[in-house]
Amino acid sequence: MVLAADAAAQAAGLRVGMPATKAQALVQGLVIQDADPAADAEALERLALWMLQRFAPIVAADPPDGIIIDSTGADHLHGGEAALLATLVDKLAGVGLRARAAIADSWGAAHALARFSAQPGYISERGKAAADVRRLPIIALRLAPDLVDGLRVLGFDRVGDLLAQPRAPLALRFGPELGRRLDQATGRIAEPIEPIRPEALIEIRRAFAEPIGAAETIARYIGKLAAQLCDALEQKGLGARRLDLICHRVDNQAQAVRVGTGLPLRDAKRMTRMLSDKIETIDPGFGIEIMTLTATVAEPLAPKQAVSSLVEEPEPDVSGLIDLLANRVGEKNLYRMAPVPSDVPERSVRHIPALAPETGAEWPGHWPRPSRLLAHPEPIDTVALLPDHPPASFTWRGVRRRVKRADGPERVFGEWWKRDPELDAVRDYFRVEDDAGERYWVFRAGDGEDPLTGSQRWFLHGIFG
Amino acid sequence: MRPPSALESLRVQVRQIEGRHRRATTVLPFGLAAVDSRLPSGGLPCGALHEVAGGGNGALDGAAAALFTAGIAARTRGKVLWCVTRPDLFAPALSQAGLKSDRVIYLEGGDDKTVLACFEEGLRHAGLGAVVAEVARLPMTASRRLQLAAEGSGTLGIALRRWRRQTEASDFGQPTAATSRWRVSALPSTPLPVPGVGRPRWLIELIRCRAGESADFELEACDDTGHLRLPADLVHGPGQAEDGRRSASA
Repeated sequence: MVLAADAAAQAAGLRVGMPATKAQALVQGLVIQDADPAADAEALERLALWMLQRFAPIVAADPPDGIIIDSTGADHLHGGEAALLATLVDKLAGVGLRARAAIADSWGAAHALARFSAQPGYISERGKAAADVRRLPIIALRLAPDLVDGLRVLGFDRVGDLLAQPRAPLALRFGPELGRRLDQATGRIAEPIEPIRPEALIEIRRAFAEPIGAAETIARYIGKLAAQLCDALEQKGLGARRLDLICHRVDNQAQAVRVGTGLPLRDAKRMTRMLSDKIETIDPGFGIEIMTLTATVAEPLAPKQAVSSLVEEPEPDVSGLIDLLANRVGEKNLYRMAPVPSDVPERSVRHIPALAPETGAEWPGHWPRPSRLLAHPEPIDTVALLPDHPPASFTWRGVRRRVKRADGPERVFGEWWKRDPELDAVRDYFRVEDDAGERYWVFRAGDGEDPLTGSQRWFLHGIFG
Repeated sequence: MRPPSALESLRVQVRQIEGRHRRATTVLPFGLAAVDSRLPSGGLPCGALHEVAGGGNGALDGAAAALFTAGIAARTRGKVLWCVTRPDLFAPALSQAGLKSDRVIYLEGGDDKTVLACFEEGLRHAGLGAVVAEVARLPMTASRRLQLAAEGSGTLGIALRRWRRQTEASDFGQPTAATSRWRVSALPSTPLPVPGVGRPRWLIELIRCRAGESADFELEACDDTGHLRLPADLVHGPGQAEDGRRSASA
């Protein structure tokens, strides 16, 4: 029997549940491999582990074909939920896996939306899980197949139909399972995720006799856990790149905080500082009874001899500050700029991580560059002599400016190796100064003669200081 | 005339009341006698918060103000943290003002609140040469926190004020705890004997300065080491008009 069919197989007419002989008749030279559920489960476990290291502290395999991630306390590292989801699907596509993903309030809703939502990468708004699940088919509810068949016989098609029914007769006929699944999907009852834990994980765990809740108490115990974790890391000669703090509450919910560092870290003070920065995101509820601190990603960190020089002071270490800020605004929003050998202004700059080694490279400085570069060149109306004169006056954002002085043109050719239309493209940049002394960077798309080189329209691209 | 010893003892008393005697503040001179002589400590005090804004259209784009700030930051030692809300800075221009790309770490905050929090964090760290933040609103409480953070660590803090609408720029009149307040506006460039744009010139107004008087300067923009220059036609002429226009300031 056919157990799995990807897009190519479905295009060839194969369907899940079809007898193997029929499939062989449909497709010539079909290679048949026996299903190996144990190996599949193992691969899923490996994938979950990979996600644990890269995406979130609480990850579990959701057999047979899913992975469930609790993104609470981790999405800030990727720049928000939408960015997290996009990165996740992109990374999987990069290794040849096609994935469908969704974010919702509860496991049940996320499970259903990921598999049955028409829109890929659907993100359900907070508190809207019930409304989103309502329009999905009942098969999305993780029910046994015979239960689904039974419900279909009765004419139930959508989850919304079931939610509108009184619960007691349904429970009487189909048992308690249906009601439980419905509540799990709408988020009315909690469904804890049992996170996977790899073998060699360095983990420090602390159980409290009395549940704790105050922010100061949490901070104190974070300090104690961090000190123990550093000792454990030191024994193995490792430094942490990702730290996960998981707080198990008395109501069997887990609150997670994840912080990342730019360089391997084994400093209890800095760990405490970074984790304490996130205390306000922990909701202690009725109290926290177990706290665990793990170094999910650890890298070798050898002791370094401090360089001492009598002549010059060493540059102060800012990696602690960078880590702290990166955990606050996201790694993507903290960067240095490095030159790219390109004449097109918007391509001459690229972002590199803030802690990347120094490049020492600079932009060629023979032409003045504006201190503000508009994200998109804005069209301006000009009075200009063609082909090679600067504009005599121009109108930008509704204000007409007379040009007193101008420099140029600086001709920039299109990069034909990047895109075909740029083969003939030309921009002529001028530095112009109006009568009030404001200096602008304007360009004409095209060389002023040949229509192949551009539209010959004028744009304002930057503002000089 | 009072005897100088009485004046000196009064200064000591004031300094004690202000609680600023703990750390000897270092000073970053501009290297121009015309400017440095108008500043009470002979330069921009490090370990303090300064405000810079653009004049006219510069209140919105802050192009000249950003270069002026980059010139100051370029003359400090160590890394520079530059917090922005709108990522439209063009790094090659900063590099031309002497602030090399390896030294600047950019931080994009979503709103003013995040930027102010990160600004303060950077000032407290004490490992940076200068911290710059582009903010629109700078309330009194926030500026006082920033000033205290800068005093504690000795890091130079510059709040680059930049607004989204011209009407909001009147916010610049509101009092803050910053040590000095500057406004930089673009002036027509130095005339050349041939067609072309000469060296850019700025009107730099020192609107407010703690323990000092306000002053106006007309200077040439930063060179590639971050130093301002006197316009060539003024070097041998009658210096800056002594009693420049005094701006109304809070």
